[in-house]
Amino acid sequence: MSTTPSPVPSTREAVIIGGNRIPFSRAGKKYVRTSNQDMFTAALEGLVARFGLQGERLGEVAGGAVLKHSKNFNLVRESVLGSSLAPTTPAYDVQQACATGLEAAIAVTNKIKLGQIESAVAGGTDTVSDAPIVVSDRLRAALLDANHAKTTSAKIKALLAIRPKDLAPVSPSTGEPRTHLSMGEHQAITTAKWGITREAQDEIALASHQNLARAWEAGFFDDLVTPYKGLTRDDNLRADTSLEKLAKLRPVFGASLDSPATMTAGNSTPLTDGASTVLFSSREWAEERELPILAKFVDAETAAVDFVHGHEGLLMAPAAAVPRLLARNGLTLEDIDFFEIHEAFASTVLTTLAAWEDEEYCRTELGLDGAFGKVDRTRLNVNGSSLAAGHPFAATGGRIIATAAKLVSTKARETGQPARALISICAAGGLGAVALVESA
Amino acid sequence: MTDSYLTLANGTLKPVFKKLGLPQPAILRRHRPGSPLTVGPVLVVSDDASAADADAVAKTLSGWDVDVRREPEAAQGERFGAVVLVLTGARTPEAVSAPVLTVAGTLRRLAGNGRVLTVSRAVADGDAPVLAATRGGVDGLVRSLGKELRGGSTSNGILLTDDAAVDSASAVAALRFFLSAKSAYVDGQLLPVGPADVAGPVDWEQPLAGKVGVVTGAARGIGAAIARTMARDGAKVVVIDVPQAGEALAAVANEIGGVALQLDITAQDAADKILAATKPLGGLDILVHNAGITRDKLLANMTADKWDPVIAVNLTAQLRINERLLAAGVEGLRIVSLASTTGFAGNRGQTNYGYTKAGVIANAAAGAPVLAAVGGTTNAVAPGWIETEMTAKVPALTRTVARRLPSLGQGGLPIDIAEAICFLASDPAAGINGQTLRVCGQHMVGK
Repeated sequence: MSTTPSPVPSTREAVIIGGNRIPFSRAGKKYVRTSNQDMFTAALEGLVARFGLQGERLGEVAGGAVLKHSKNFNLVRESVLGSSLAPTTPAYDVQQACATGLEAAIAVTNKIKLGQIESAVAGGTDTVSDAPIVVSDRLRAALLDANHAKTTSAKIKALLAIRPKDLAPVSPSTGEPRTHLSMGEHQAITTAKWGITREAQDEIALASHQNLARAWEAGFFDDLVTPYKGLTRDDNLRADTSLEKLAKLRPVFGASLDSPATMTAGNSTPLTDGASTVLFSSREWAEERELPILAKFVDAETAAVDFVHGHEGLLMAPAAAVPRLLARNGLTLEDIDFFEIHEAFASTVLTTLAAWEDEEYCRTELGLDGAFGKVDRTRLNVNGSSLAAGHPFAATGGRIIATAAKLVSTKARETGQPARALISICAAGGLGAVALVESA
Repeated sequence: MTDSYLTLANGTLKPVFKKLGLPQPAILRRHRPGSPLTVGPVLVVSDDASAADADAVAKTLSGWDVDVRREPEAAQGERFGAVVLVLTGARTPEAVSAPVLTVAGTLRRLAGNGRVLTVSRAVADGDAPVLAATRGGVDGLVRSLGKELRGGSTSNGILLTDDAAVDSASAVAALRFFLSAKSAYVDGQLLPVGPADVAGPVDWEQPLAGKVGVVTGAARGIGAAIARTMARDGAKVVVIDVPQAGEALAAVANEIGGVALQLDITAQDAADKILAATKPLGGLDILVHNAGITRDKLLANMTADKWDPVIAVNLTAQLRINERLLAAGVEGLRIVSLASTTGFAGNRGQTNYGYTKAGVIANAAAGAPVLAAVGGTTNAVAPGWIETEMTAKVPALTRTVARRLPSLGQGGLPIDIAEAICFLASDPAAGINGQTLRVCGQHMVGK
């Protein structure tokens, strides 16, 4: 792996004006029979209302969903058309598993930095409650053959190939196509490799719930979330959870490994429905409209790891992406005020931190001279993360960017010093996307 | 909430209701952009000493394309849309007799949704007793007539103060408001109107053009109606409600091209948040304190959790916000607060609510000179029974009785409150300050 930092692109700034999401809801609860388009439109509408963007033609809206029906081939454009934005606002879909939202943000901010557009919305949406269910490959093949058949007898012959077991629908799965392991089983291997304890994972989960609950109580989300369908807060949040309660949960991943299984429903993210959006622009666009500028979207980096052959853990790509991002920007971990590390699992956060503290790993895998460094845990996910809020795959990026932007903005205002946040999101396929956000 | 009695009494059974002597509330005419000001010709009458002022009123009306009459005679079958009784110059009760009796002779020829409007001078400190009696008497005349008129017609009065001329900006604005369908549910009220320096012509279709308004409690009901009406009148609007009401709030904002601010107005920094939200729109011109809650309990059973939040939301929050905005140097601010007829008359089980609404009325009065000093005004609007989600929860029998109590025999609509507020917040109404205007269909309770 190359360690030579590529130079920071010298272009104009892309700033973050604000964000809006709907409260996240555990699968099968509040947003049952609510489509991705419904949710993304709702999140957009809240953003439009917050910043008075009715009838405005934005540079573009980019976003996507991980679990997406083929009929939603233009999901984001359709959402824009159903919103109060000008119908002349272009849009496109992005998909990069759990990094979808962040990747959309990277895409639109790059266009802003290049001067191709002045304003943009990036975001994402996902529903497990309204997930597309597909037919089996055999049934699909038979139906397609029948469709292509020229004669009635040929059509009938094609359809006769269908067997009763072919009629069973196929639900979407988060399993890796190449390993046939679920994400949880993959992470269980990584967790065991790094010797992450059950207690350490439960502590991360507890902190996530406590921090998110405190943030809600303090009104932190008053200008980041708009209620939807009667839900006013993330309903996965358990403000009253405790280490004792978390310790009682049965492990759900890693049962087949040699070491004791440690990953439970409490320290893994639940399946969640939700949508999020973030408003970006050039500094000029925001200033012309006297809209608040929370932060700058400084830079971003993506990475991928070879998990297929077992060389690296599925969710470890951010461990490689962050050192490259910080080096390019001349920063170290000490320069970061807020670490927003997506809690796919509590152990994802812990294995990432452990990797950065491991001299051997950093030398051989990351090509660094020694250990990358230690993350100050008091700066980690200070207002909670996915374990408490839930994780509607494509919507997580937007949630984190808006939270990070508000955190650095508030801190900079309070201290009079610039503040920085590092965003790190792991994704299926051995992918990772990370970004740097700095007070404006 | 549909008033089924009102529907029935105006349907095919109308003659039956009449025969049985049952109350016959009328369908009230409401403002539609572009529709005529009145439903028919406007008759202007006065005592001799007020003739010049009557001429000025007639001239104003003529400028609005109104068919103005100076003689009570009318063609066969013709009905007046309004009768304006100018008594500004009357100095003795005897002087009032002739014009009042002229008005009396026209009442059977007043159209449905007609208007009787007096224009007189308010009793002032130092008025001779006879002059005070002459002027003070108008109050009883207007209120009694309100109880006599039928068919959705109303009786109201403009009370000129501080030597305001009948054709001064605010007097003209009040004249237009009372004659128009915007005052549909205002009945039996006398509004003190002072002099005002207002430059330039008024755009009556868009009286709030170029203004930035803020409405609290705007996610639904009366607040949402105020926001919509403000936008209709040309203002850019920031709508505010508690974060929990954000979904409906965003819908209102997007409907009117406004900005949604999810905010608990009892927060210490609420005023700062309001200022920040209005900045992109170009500043803050109009602030409507509409947010309010009820926690009804007989005082004997009252507890802090029922008393304190009502005081905090309905009264303390707006006192703090006003103070902070003035301290921040906001100029020309036009404040309108929601009072209630309960603030005048009290209501069983509402000592907490009554305290806050009477407090709002007193605050508007006391704040008038403070706001005037920075070129602004502060007024209140006191709704009577208004058909909203809140009053829909009142038991059916109580609801039915409450609707029949006002002279207009029905509840008002949120738009009626909104029209009064937008009138008071408009530039030409700058001479109206410290007042509480009742919008109650002349509800029986209180003054």
